[in-house]
Amino acid sequence: MELLLAIAVMALGAVVLGAALGFASIKFKVEGDPLVEKIEAILPQTQCGQCSYPGCKPYAEAIAKGEADINLCPPGGMEGVQRLADLLGREVKPLDAEEKPKQVAIIDENTCIGCTLCIQACPVDAIVGAAKQMHTIIAPLCTGCELCLPPCPVECIRMEAIPETIDNWKWKYPVVEIKAAPLREAA
Amino acid sequence: MLMNLFKFKGGVKPPTNKTQSTTLPIAVAPIPARLVVPLHQNIGGTPRPVVQVGDKVLKGQLIGEADGWISAAVHAPTSGTVVEVAMHVRPHPSGLDSLCVVIEPDGKDEWITRTPIDHRAVPPADVFHHLQQCGIVGLGGAGFPAHGKLTPSKGVPMDELIINGAECEPFITCDDLLMRERAGEVVRGIAVFRDLLQPKKVLIGIEDNKPEAIAAMRAAVDAQNEPFSVVAVPTLYPAGGAKQLIRVLTGKEVPGSMRSTADMGVQVFNVGTAYSAWRAIGHGEPLVSRIVTLTGNVHQPRNYDVLIGTPMDELLKLAQPHPDTDGILMGGPMMGFLVPDPHAPVIKTTNCLIAHDDRLFPPKAPEMPCIRCGACATVCPHELQPFELYWYARAKNFGKTQEYHIFDCIECGCCSFVCPSRIPLVQYFRFAKSEIWAREREKNAADGAKARFEFKQMREEREKAEKAEKLARAAAAQAAKKAAEAAAAATTEGSAPASAATDADTPPVAVDAEKVAKKATIEAAMARAKAQREAAQPKNTDNLTPEQQRTAAEIEERRIAANLISPEPGSEKAP
Repeated sequence: MELLLAIAVMALGAVVLGAALGFASIKFKVEGDPLVEKIEAILPQTQCGQCSYPGCKPYAEAIAKGEADINLCPPGGMEGVQRLADLLGREVKPLDAEEKPKQVAIIDENTCIGCTLCIQACPVDAIVGAAKQMHTIIAPLCTGCELCLPPCPVECIRMEAIPETIDNWKWKYPVVEIKAAPLREAA
Repeated sequence: MLMNLFKFKGGVKPPTNKTQSTTLPIAVAPIPARLVVPLHQNIGGTPRPVVQVGDKVLKGQLIGEADGWISAAVHAPTSGTVVEVAMHVRPHPSGLDSLCVVIEPDGKDEWITRTPIDHRAVPPADVFHHLQQCGIVGLGGAGFPAHGKLTPSKGVPMDELIINGAECEPFITCDDLLMRERAGEVVRGIAVFRDLLQPKKVLIGIEDNKPEAIAAMRAAVDAQNEPFSVVAVPTLYPAGGAKQLIRVLTGKEVPGSMRSTADMGVQVFNVGTAYSAWRAIGHGEPLVSRIVTLTGNVHQPRNYDVLIGTPMDELLKLAQPHPDTDGILMGGPMMGFLVPDPHAPVIKTTNCLIAHDDRLFPPKAPEMPCIRCGACATVCPHELQPFELYWYARAKNFGKTQEYHIFDCIECGCCSFVCPSRIPLVQYFRFAKSEIWAREREKNAADGAKARFEFKQMREEREKAEKAEKLARAAAAQAAKKAAEAAAAATTEGSAPASAATDADTPPVAVDAEKVAKKATIEAAMARAKAQREAAQPKNTDNLTPEQQRTAAEIEERRIAANLISPEPGSEKAP
């Protein structure tokens, strides 16, 4: 009798807890993967495809699944790798490419023939123009992904590093100057 | 008059070094050989140049037009010829160039026609416009356009208007001399601010180490019968900080997240701003010169009335710097910076130039580790914890620095001044602040890029779907046509009498078969033309869901707001 009661109590507990878990899984269901969103927030959103994935979101999904390494994003730089490593608890690895300064694409408007190929290639709609009309780049919207360079049939697009101006200038990290001690003190 | 004063926490008492430059009255600096006037001199939008190389300009003529509400115009400081509109070095810690108008003076110093306005007779909006057109900005330090601070807040009544004559920073005496010599016009300027803001009280705060200035201001206030109180505040750096002066004079503490005007009913102006506002309103003179203290390692420290755009090295020669001078400090020793290029011009916010040498400012001994003595926290006038901020800024843990309210830091330098380990704390804070701003900018850019990328993908999907649908429809139409032809063929073969009967029903009105045929052809042509016209019209706005329509309407509103299109419905398709 006692054995049966014990089994009944355990069974009841299992049913109650199971119902609670089932309810919670419906009530507190999380749409999408929050980890993907966190990873995506770290990625620079250049949508350049240099990681071999077609955009930042697919790369974030691949990282979340554990399919991709965290050091494949050159625009994110070493700092991006560091932040991804912190988020995911993985080892920091050196970047799988060289780090470049931030760039912006510039169309040589005299050479442009108005073929619209670069407009189709631009992932972030930063190029304006129409067929047989001159195209130009909206510099503040350009992410510097270089995807417009290969399709251009007349090679009129070039990349330029963004120059330092008073508006984007930053105070430098205070550096302590280390000077050699005077000779007489050393002697 | 007796008044209950309050205290702000912290503060330091560095040697004031003010007496050297107050022995002589203000002198007018001679016109230099070349004036380099930077267009961007203050907070806000960069003014657009409105002159070209070769233009003859008069003193006070507009050369840079204000760009937006928080921006102020720039004027030619003297008459002459524009010789260049180009990039030149600006007095900024970065040493970078910005767009400047270079003027070669003709020596006549000939004014434009100056039109004073009566600020009581015209609506406030006109007064604001006049001040903006005259380029009046805050001369205390940050250079915030003055007209932007003169609109009373709607929710909170304006309690106090505070006029800042504290001038707490060592070496600087330009406000002191201005109050001693031109108190009358300063008080007139204060009256203008009073009339616009309608405060309950006007308080003029002056540090008690300037008794001559206090006396002169009191005399001027009495002479003009104004109900302003001139209050001597204890000499303690940084009593001239806006929030500190508010605290001392009113006891109100402005929380970091609040603006003093909008939330506390207090507004602060510098005495120099009041003076130049009166020159603009009472005399119609734009801001083309200001008083600059020349001091430090020089023979003859003195205050000069200097044209904006005068090169600093040329100006400093007036005070005869000693030969061992190795740099120019702009601003005071606490908050100023070493000008990276001595050719940089004087701008509207240049209050003091200090000739730098190793005797006055001995090179700092090397930085030592922080011993957490807490001296910085006891002197911080904003009750921050600089040692904590230092740890986090040094470790580049910017999230934590924001938790410790790094943006409440006014970079007054009290913490660096007392640090026994000689840590350049303010430099770490500036570094952290500019990194945080840069990250904010990058984050916004990334968010924008992401949104546009997703929109582009959405658009491409939609276009693909539309194309597929069109093809399917065309195929279906083709099939239906074929089926109809087949059916028609079947009927003509099988039941010719029936079709003949329908034909006989329709043309009872028609007299002439030829006429009917003609009409039918015309109708068919019109139908074809209509179909063509419809095909040529963009079809993506048909059959929108209510949500899409709402988004489209919102986009239209934004475009109208941004003046991209005019609000007429006819022109909304214009790119």
